[in-house]
Parts: sequence; structure tokens; C-alpha cells
Amino acid sequence: MGFLFSLQNSFKHGVHPEHHKEQTYDLPIQRVPFVDRYVMPLGQHIGAPAKAVVKAGDRVQRGQLIAEHGAFVSTTLHSPVTGTVSEIGARRYIDGSFKPAIEIEADPYATQQFAVQSAVDWESLSIEEFINEVQKAGIVGMGGAAFPSHVKYSIPEGQQITELLINGAECEPYLTNDHRLMLERPETMLRGTEIVRLKLGAERATIGVEKNKPDAIEALNKHITEEMPIRVVPLEVKYPQGAEKMLIKAVYDLEVPAGELPRDVGVAVNNVGTIVAIADYFESGKPLIERIVTVSGPGVEQPANLIVPLGTPIREVLRFCGGLKEQTREVIMGGPMMGMPIADLDAPILKGCSGILAFTERETSRPVEYPCIRCGRCLEACPYFLNPSRFARLARARLFEEMQEQYKVMDCVECGSCTFACPSNIPIVQLIRTAKDNLRSQKP
Amino acid sequence: MSQKDPHLLLQSAPLLRQGLTTPAAMRDVWLALLPATLAALWFFGLSALLVLLASIAGAVMTEWVFTAPEKRSMTLRDNSAALTGLLLGLTLPPGLPLWMAFIGGVVAIGIGKTIWGGLGANLFNPALLGRAFLLGTFPIAMTTWGAAGGPGDFFQLHTSNLAIPFMQAGATDAISAATPLGLMKFEQTDTAFLHLLMGNTAGSIGETSGLMLLLGGLFLWMRKGIDWRIPVGILATAALFSLIMFLVDGDKYPSPIFTIFSGGMLLGAIFMATDPVTSPMTPRGAWIFAIGIGFLVVLIRVFGGFPEGVMYAILLMNAATPLIDRYNQPRIFGRELKK
Repeated sequence: MGFLFSLQNSFKHGVHPEHHKEQTYDLPIQRVPFVDRYVMPLGQHIGAPAKAVVKAGDRVQRGQLIAEHGAFVSTTLHSPVTGTVSEIGARRYIDGSFKPAIEIEADPYATQQFAVQSAVDWESLSIEEFINEVQKAGIVGMGGAAFPSHVKYSIPEGQQITELLINGAECEPYLTNDHRLMLERPETMLRGTEIVRLKLGAERATIGVEKNKPDAIEALNKHITEEMPIRVVPLEVKYPQGAEKMLIKAVYDLEVPAGELPRDVGVAVNNVGTIVAIADYFESGKPLIERIVTVSGPGVEQPANLIVPLGTPIREVLRFCGGLKEQTREVIMGGPMMGMPIADLDAPILKGCSGILAFTERETSRPVEYPCIRCGRCLEACPYFLNPSRFARLARARLFEEMQEQYKVMDCVECGSCTFACPSNIPIVQLIRTAKDNLRSQKP
Repeated sequence: MSQKDPHLLLQSAPLLRQGLTTPAAMRDVWLALLPATLAALWFFGLSALLVLLASIAGAVMTEWVFTAPEKRSMTLRDNSAALTGLLLGLTLPPGLPLWMAFIGGVVAIGIGKTIWGGLGANLFNPALLGRAFLLGTFPIAMTTWGAAGGPGDFFQLHTSNLAIPFMQAGATDAISAATPLGLMKFEQTDTAFLHLLMGNTAGSIGETSGLMLLLGGLFLWMRKGIDWRIPVGILATAALFSLIMFLVDGDKYPSPIFTIFSGGMLLGAIFMATDPVTSPMTPRGAWIFAIGIGFLVVLIRVFGGFPEGVMYAILLMNAATPLIDRYNQPRIFGRELKK
């Protein structure tokens, strides 16, 4: 009877999947060795693809710009290794399609040391210059969607960010990349937080961390000094606590109106990995050329938390982890609740790749589907208070317009809590995705 | 150029699921009904057992006949048809001819469920629809009650149980007794609370033991098998309404305690009205539904011709469920915010 208790540091509804984080939460971040070949797809997220500024045969240094942003909602790419551009052409993307990409052969004789460049004097930058620098560094949201960070920092005139919120919830099961980053690099994280907070002019910064990471909370608190207006807020362990609007509800008890953005209520939200990438760029000039990836799941021989150069073939990352077990049936990018299935293991690690998880028969076997008995568990799971049961029924009848007009299906963020909660094993969120795709394609 | 790895599946997330399945949820209801069923066997003996088995047999066989052969194993495995049969059996008098109980099971599944499209598609509670059919068709047999006995009389079968189908429709047992509701309505006689709690009164097979029904309800609530708002709303409304009546005329009308513990009130509130298929999914809808039932039960009991009103109250509110749900959707996150 939740209504008897005040809502402390959480949101209403949601689900409680098992964490499965024990496989990797105490494994320090390791660096994967360099491999022979890297593939950098020009489009890795919503927005315009980047434009290559190198051509086949060019020598490139690690960290050198290889593609420029193609529009405002677009960002740059840098070479993850020192080597030679072998081709600019179609390469396999994780979904199995071919996408334009820059392929780089690593130079076997290069040291692959990143030449530390002079730090960027961020304090003297204006907000416009700061946004330019973030775009130049190729930094995107590292939580999964990989939305270009500089777009998030471009606040329309008349609006003011008062609160900076750092997302350390990491509510997806299995993933521990943010956890390890907070634990191993708390000072860098706090410096990155201060850079972004001061540049956006926010009064205060809050780091929201789920309570199942007490060591990370402690590490951060230990390094917060009196001059830093930063606080760490422990959050209830619940999925999807890390969804942007749920996090804002949990921390500030604020509801971002439907169709609006966090900035409309004065909040900017950044993922832990994004903040560390920003600190690294402004302190050593290092653009976004690598990221932390959790490799885990019951189908992986040796689970690990890894620093992986972007563009490394997923197959090579898995090989470093001892390969896949015989019984592996599916490999996904991201978490098990919202991740994307990987069609081809030769596809590269992308900027938004927080995890590579391998699953076996047990997780992927299709359970018997029973009729909906209207038990209401999906309604109690949906953090947006939508009616997933109704969506499933209407989607199967292909009544997509009614799904939007009556029940606002486009408000759904596809967190998958409904499918998780359904005792009849109805693929609710999958049906919702189909409906949303249909509605989008009908729009002129 | 590499090919798609042939052994990899591309099933979209989420890959994780909570453990509970619909058949398991049905099993929970079976477990929750176990105390009340055992109490029924204790008080009504072999007769009760046979009536329960007859109505379950009617329900399961109808499910089998009306299901496409390739789906039979699945729809029977989901435990729901047998559960409907059990629920129906628990609402029947222990002395009912077995063939009537069997027909009740046939109607419950045939008319109550399969013609609507099967599990999850029916508007009315199938068990109660089966009971309504029996009450309309065999009014005498359905309102002839045997007195509660003890385990010593287990093998004392009501002769009416074995009435020949269609030949002895009016057959009733020689030993008949009045239910607490009947005593209250027609003779203004109260029944001791302890008897209502334990269940040694005349009545339908599974409705007499308030304690065992409450135990089952508690179990279901802990297993999140029922929406607690529905029994709480029904019982609170019925108690409040009957309290008002009791205060108006304490000699004529029963006390709220009697109202809650007599007749099919607890069986209906805990196990029938909470049937997820036929009750609202939305929280506010559940309250409206429950308040409606609680109000109608007392209204029928006090002003109606029958001593009991639980069945009609639930069936009436079942009919309103789609409408209630449509107009009581919860406020969507981020919409209709107060400025």
C-alpha cells in the first residue's frame, strides 16, 4: 500500500528485475588490447551522420578528427587508433544492415599512446564556445541513446538551467560500467560535474545513484569538498529509475510535462560516462575515442568491465572475454530490458554501447503465450501510467489511431516494464513499438 | 564480408521476465480456496465433494469440447476452466442433484466463457452466470439447504444428490434447514457470530466459513493475486449501508457484522468480484466497481424478494466494467498537470 508512505527518492510504478550485477560489479575496469581493424560508422544516433574528412590511404593518429559533424544535431568522429584509413564504404552495423563507415587498419608498430594535448581552458570559454568544444570532442550521451551532448547544452533563450542531474542510477540489470566508473574515477567525475554545472550556470548538481551501489555512493561522498555544490542522492532500486523523466521525478519530485524536455523544468540530465568524457576532454584534450563496456550475461565465458576503443569489432571484445559459451543464443547491445539485438558480431562497438550481453536458451526461449486476463500487472508496472493491456489488444486489431487518440501511445518510452510484468507472456512493448512505427510512418 | 551469425536470434528486448505465469496465478486461487473447500467437506461431507466434482466435470468437459483440438492441451493447462467449475460448485447447495451441478458447469463455461471468445474475453463472471442459470431453471433445488453436520456424518449423502436427470427436477431432500440469511429475512432471527465465522450453518457449499474465506483472501492478497481494493470496497460499503439501516431499525435489519459474514458476501467479495477478467483494471475503477457491488448487495438483501443479493450485484457491476474502465484511466505521467 504505497500511498501510506511518502514518495522518497523514487517514482511510482516500475518493476523489480533481478540485478544480475554480481558477475561484474567487483571487477576493475580493464583495457582491451588493440586489434587490427576498426570500423567507425558515420551515423551512430538520431540526427545527421558525420561527414568523413579523411580518404582511403590517409595516415591517422589516435584521437585525430576523421569526420566532421554533418549538421547541428550531429557530432564528430575521431580515430580510435593510429593507422591507415583502408576504405570508406558500407560496413555491417549491429542491426545487420550496411551503413557508411570509415575503416582503419591499425599500425602494428605504433605505440598507440594518446599524445596528451594541452588541456582546454574551459573556465574562460563562453557557453557558445563550450558547446562548440563539446561538439568538437564528439561527445554524446553515453547511457545508450547517444544523443549529441552539445545539443542538450544548447538552451533556448529565456530558459535557464538551475539543476544539473547526473544519472548514475544504472537500473538496467547486468550493467556495471557506470558503477565502476563512479567507484574508480570519482574525482574525475566530480570535476566533470563542476565543469558542466558552471558552464550551464546551474546552482547545484545532484548525482542520483541506486542504493545497490553503496561503494560508489561512498567514493563520491568522500571526494565532494565544501566548495562543490554537489550532493549524492541514493535512489530506490527499481526499473526504470534511470529513465530521464523518472529520475527527475525521483530526485526533485517534478513531473516533466508530456512532450517537453527536462530543460523545460530547468534541469539538465547527463549520464556518468558523459560527464567523465567531458572531464577527460577538457583536462587532456582527449576526444571520445573509447568507452567503458560491461561484457556479461550467462553466455559469456569471462564477464568483464572494459575500456574499449570505439570501432572495435564486437567479436574481438568477446574473444578477449574468453568467447561465447556453446549455449549462447542471442547477443545484445545495452541492457536486457531495452538493449538492441546484435545481428552480426563483426559490427563495431558504438558510442552508445554500454554493454555487450550474451544470453542462452533460458532467457531467449519464447514462453507460451496465454490470453490476457486483465490482471492489471502491466498497468501497475508502467511508469507513465499508460494502459499497456489496452495497447496490446488494440495493436493486434491494428487500431493504431485509437491507441494514440484515446490512450496516448506515443508517450510510451518503451522501457519494457509491461512485457516484463505480464504473466500471460504477451509481447506488449514489442506490439507497442510496431504501433508507434506505424503511427510515425502515417504522419506526413 | 561476414555473414549474419547463423546461430544468433534477434528477439527484441526485454529478455527478462518476472517468474509468475497466468496458470500459476490460477493455481494461487486454487490454493486460496483450499481452506474454504476443506471446511465445506467438514460440514457438508460427501455431498459437497460430489457437487464440486460434478460442476468441475461439467466445466472442464465443456472447455474440452468447445476448444479447437490443437489448443486443448494449453487451455486446459491454464487451470481456469476447472477453477470456474470449483467456484461455481462452492456457490451451490450441498444437496443439489449432481446432474444440475454438471449442467451449471456446462453453462458457466459454454455460455459464460467460450462464446465470448474464451479466457479473458467474457463480460460476466462465468461461475456466477452458471449459478444464475441454475437459480432461474431449478429455483426449488437451488434454495433447499441441508443443515451443516460434522466429520462424523461425512458419508451421509443427501438423497436428492442422486436424483435422475430431468425426471426429478423438483426432487428435494427431506432434511432441510434455513440459512442465516433466510432466518434473518423471514423470521428476523440472528445467527451467532461464532457459527458464521466457523461455518457450521446452512448455506452454499463454500460460503459458510468466514474465517477460511478470509484466510484464503489474505493469502491471495499477499501473492498479489487480487486487487485488495475490491474486497475492501465491497465490505466497507456493505457494512456502512447496513449500519445505517441497522441504526434506523435494529430489530428489523441485521448488523453490519452479520451482513459481512452471512451468505455469499465473503466468497463473492474475495473470490468472485476480484476475477480480473470481469472487474476493472484501473484503481479508481476498482473502487467504483466495489462500492457499486457493496451497495447493491445490501439493497437486494433488504428490499428484494430474495434473501441473498451477492450474485446479482456482481453480475450487474460486471456489465458496467468496460464503461467504468474507459472513463477511469489513471492520469498519464506528465499530462493534465496542475499549473
